[in-house]
Amino acid sequence: MPNVTIDGTEIEVPAGITVLQACEMAGVEIPRFCYHERLSVAGNCRMCLVEVAPGPPKPAASCALPVADGMAIKTDSEMVKKARNGVMEFLLINHPLDCPICDQGGECDLQDQAMAYGRDGSRFEENKRAVKDKHMGPLVKTIMTRCIHCTRCVRFATEVAGVPELGMLGRGEHAEITTYLEKSLDSELSANVIDLCPVGALTSKPYAFVSRPWELAKTESIDVLDAVGAAIRVDARQTEVLRVLPRLNEDVNEEWLADKSRYACDGLMRQRLDRPYLRENGKLREASWDEAFGAIAAKVKGTSADRVAAIAGDLCDTESMFALQQMMGALGSANIDCRQDGAKIAGPRGSYVMNTGIAALENADAILLVGTNPRWEAPLVNTRLRKAWLHGGARVGVVGPQTDLSYATEYLGAGPETLSAIADGSHEFASVLKDAERPVVIVGMGALARDDGDAVLGTVRKLVESCNVVRDDWNGFNVLHTAAARVGGLDLGFVPGEGGRSTNAILDGAAAGEVDVVYLLGADEIDTAKLEKAFVVYQGHHGDAGAHCADVILPGLAYTEKNGTYVNTEGRVQLARQAVQPPGDAREDWSIIRALSDVLDAGLDYVTLGDVRTAMSAANPVFDQVDVASIAEWGAFGSDGAMNAAPFESPVTNYYMTDPISRASETMAECTREFVNANGERTGTDG
Amino acid sequence: MLRDEDRIFQNLYGQDDWGLEGARRRGIWDNTKALLEMGREKLVEEVKASGLRGRGGAGFPTGVKWSFMPPEERRDGRPHYLVVNADESEPGTCKDREILRYDPHTLVEGCLVGGFAMGANAAYIYVRGEFFSEASNMQAAIDQAYEAGLIGKNACGSGWDFDVYLHRGAGAYICGEETALLESLEGKKGQPRLKPPFPAACGLYGCPTTVNNVETVAVVPTILRRGAGWFAGFGRENNTGTKIFSISGHVNNPCNVEEEMSIPLKELIEKHAGGVRGGWDNLLAVIPGGSSTPCLSKNICDSILMDFDSLREHNTGLGTAAVIVMDKSTDIVEAIARLSHFYRHESCGQCTPCREGMGWVYRVMNRMVTGDAEIEEIDMLWDVTKQIEGHTICALADGGVWPVQGLIRHFRPEMERRINERKGVTPAQAAE
Repeated sequence: MPNVTIDGTEIEVPAGITVLQACEMAGVEIPRFCYHERLSVAGNCRMCLVEVAPGPPKPAASCALPVADGMAIKTDSEMVKKARNGVMEFLLINHPLDCPICDQGGECDLQDQAMAYGRDGSRFEENKRAVKDKHMGPLVKTIMTRCIHCTRCVRFATEVAGVPELGMLGRGEHAEITTYLEKSLDSELSANVIDLCPVGALTSKPYAFVSRPWELAKTESIDVLDAVGAAIRVDARQTEVLRVLPRLNEDVNEEWLADKSRYACDGLMRQRLDRPYLRENGKLREASWDEAFGAIAAKVKGTSADRVAAIAGDLCDTESMFALQQMMGALGSANIDCRQDGAKIAGPRGSYVMNTGIAALENADAILLVGTNPRWEAPLVNTRLRKAWLHGGARVGVVGPQTDLSYATEYLGAGPETLSAIADGSHEFASVLKDAERPVVIVGMGALARDDGDAVLGTVRKLVESCNVVRDDWNGFNVLHTAAARVGGLDLGFVPGEGGRSTNAILDGAAAGEVDVVYLLGADEIDTAKLEKAFVVYQGHHGDAGAHCADVILPGLAYTEKNGTYVNTEGRVQLARQAVQPPGDAREDWSIIRALSDVLDAGLDYVTLGDVRTAMSAANPVFDQVDVASIAEWGAFGSDGAMNAAPFESPVTNYYMTDPISRASETMAECTREFVNANGERTGTDG
Repeated sequence: MLRDEDRIFQNLYGQDDWGLEGARRRGIWDNTKALLEMGREKLVEEVKASGLRGRGGAGFPTGVKWSFMPPEERRDGRPHYLVVNADESEPGTCKDREILRYDPHTLVEGCLVGGFAMGANAAYIYVRGEFFSEASNMQAAIDQAYEAGLIGKNACGSGWDFDVYLHRGAGAYICGEETALLESLEGKKGQPRLKPPFPAACGLYGCPTTVNNVETVAVVPTILRRGAGWFAGFGRENNTGTKIFSISGHVNNPCNVEEEMSIPLKELIEKHAGGVRGGWDNLLAVIPGGSSTPCLSKNICDSILMDFDSLREHNTGLGTAAVIVMDKSTDIVEAIARLSHFYRHESCGQCTPCREGMGWVYRVMNRMVTGDAEIEEIDMLWDVTKQIEGHTICALADGGVWPVQGLIRHFRPEMERRINERKGVTPAQAAE
């Protein structure tokens, strides 16, 4: 390991790192604009110049210079100060200095570093440059005059997002960052360029002129709009969530966040259920909690337990599902299901989680995607797969929907036939998996949420075994969920008990008059037409499909308003935290069920959230291990039944609208119009 | 003065046939196989011994540069490449184009010999886009050489396979910077790369590459034929050999001429270019090595020698040895302002100091032309050029500010005079 001297202090650093990284290890701050840990080195901002001996008598860009043994690095010499001062001056001469009206103000690298390293006045007497703004879609607002040409956004789009649609045109003073054809940045990760932009050139369009960073209360939480469980920070002012930003979590989202998770938050203020409702004469009317509970009690008490059912939706916290499960048990009903899409998964834990782990996916050298479109179902999983392809040269085979995943894939087939061929070794890709050192199979809901899902899962298990995908030191079998609540629900065993009905059976039963009461815990993605005859209780936070067919509505909380436990697709237990106060009369979900259970004589005895969690951990110790994706047990799962020949389809048909929150979001509607229905017909009022 | 028989480029003026036949008459392709039979190491040693320094401007010892290429025993399977920089765009410089159009076979032969010396089986010649007939002559010479079996499979019967490709640029000055040239050659936007890694480790398509100027490559076969000692016998120590000088501007007979290194500037101008217009005493300034080198005032020109070290001592450089002569009719401030415009226009826009600074310098220089400035701004201008110099990835910015520095160094009184004159301040008042 090389020994280097940094500002007179000797330090041993790992070989192969750069001078900038060595300085950081020594606790010396190096200013920078273009350098970013997760992007390739551009070395063009010239802010990180340091003096290095031995070397030429001029400062060197520390971000690009590898350390060598015996190097003497100075970061506080006159030469370095002058260099930084000079670069800072150059950056500012053509910068508009419109900080008072700039949304980046208060969290701007240029502002901060100008304070620390700049000069006190300007010597520039000429006219400043102005640059035309560019169109980058509904999420990214551009004020290109502020751009300092660091090219972080270009590198992000090209390297991480895999959409090489950004670039620098022109040269010298006339160089401009642009989406070559002035079209929207077509990526589910596009808004990350806003975080990366060190100045106010790329800012958030929906958040424009909304708030200053110092006015916001910041809460660290977990995203629930897909099953990845990205670490987020919720920025709120009073009761309103103004923005959601990613937080660092190397194991899950690194420091990125998908656009829906970031921008659906305006949906939290729309279509909210803020008080109980009762249906009277076909119309919903406002009601008190007592009235609502009374109506439920009157119905449930006159119904036999096997005609009562409950379905949990995609955004539910495990505490409320646990409480509901307990209550249904006390009522004597086995008709519960957390798989509202009808996915056939319920075996040992290893059969329904992402065993490899999100971070480890990037080490894969052969990948088989079965019935999934990870780019839309889990964009942050897709970036890992892209990394495996880009840096590790992984081969990616696809059985199922044929889409542009931002990396090269080999389309193997549309459905079960191909899957069987790989499983019995007659397909060429079987040997690719067999010969790989770290093979990965990812099964999506598109393959499992169908009538023959159990048989598909069984075939995948056969495939995994025949191709040796699960080994002593490597488990390459993965299920990619689309719902944040799903793994938690399965961990709880929120599935039909002995003789109980599954989601489809509940719905069909309700349509046939065999099920009388259906309790929907935030379940909206079901065929509500089948529930017309049944008495429907909807507990949730948005007036979406479920609420429309409900006879009683109990207003619950969205994920930003409550403390809740979620388990992501890799089986990682994570805690979401309350960031804002709930609207109106809405209550914490578990406590609603707790109160209702009293009325139904199915008494639950919890007093606090802690009590629920204790009971939950007692039921499944998995919930004790927060922030850990523990190794899941492996066992027999799936069935040997016959599969039907229908091709696998991804369950996500519109990435921007998958749940009640994003469906209520104006920004997501805008994105849908721009990206999903770009070529759709427009009406006369359509802008 | 260099004797005619010691000139390497016998057809610099194009009187003779530039094709293969003419080239053979002039001794090019004469038993090239024997040169290759010397072996890689011996070839590089000879070039080192000759003292040849790169003719593209920076003057790096060529033999040393070649020795950075991985030797045979350390080859890792990647191909090696020789890339010839024929993107001659420096204002004032017009030597490579004469080689390309009048003596292209010196370059083709140089490619083979040089390429062999660095273990390369292919050479790419990157020709400036505006050089149309130069590129077509060059391509014709390459075709002739292929046809005669001089290059291609088993080149010259040596057993070494060697291909030469010609690539035409699109006319950006920055593509003359070696790594920007490689980017451009790869089909990307011409922007200099960060170094390290240097091209010898990771160059064209990520393979070991050496980028040499046209003249550097073209002189090698003759050096090898006549011996390193012959070449080293010209010029002063560390500044050896012959060199093509491009003399332009206010001289009676602008020309390219191959001369001995270290020739006095005055002798060069008077002997070959017919002297300064209006006589030596009418000389105002000389830019000695292409537009990016700082100018020299007359008193220095009287005695200076044209070589790397002598010019270095006077804070300028030999560059490409393109001598731009300016007589007393020149508006020296405007002339330098025009160069600032050129560099502002040609900056690639990657590095902050160059992108932002060149425009600033150009605008201040424009005001200096009319005197619409403050005296203090001359110091500020100096400071700004120092803030740009040495702070960027490549040397374009350095070359862009050096002319301004040269101007301030030698012609500050003229700049002050204009400012005072515009303000209506008399010299006496200004002196107070």
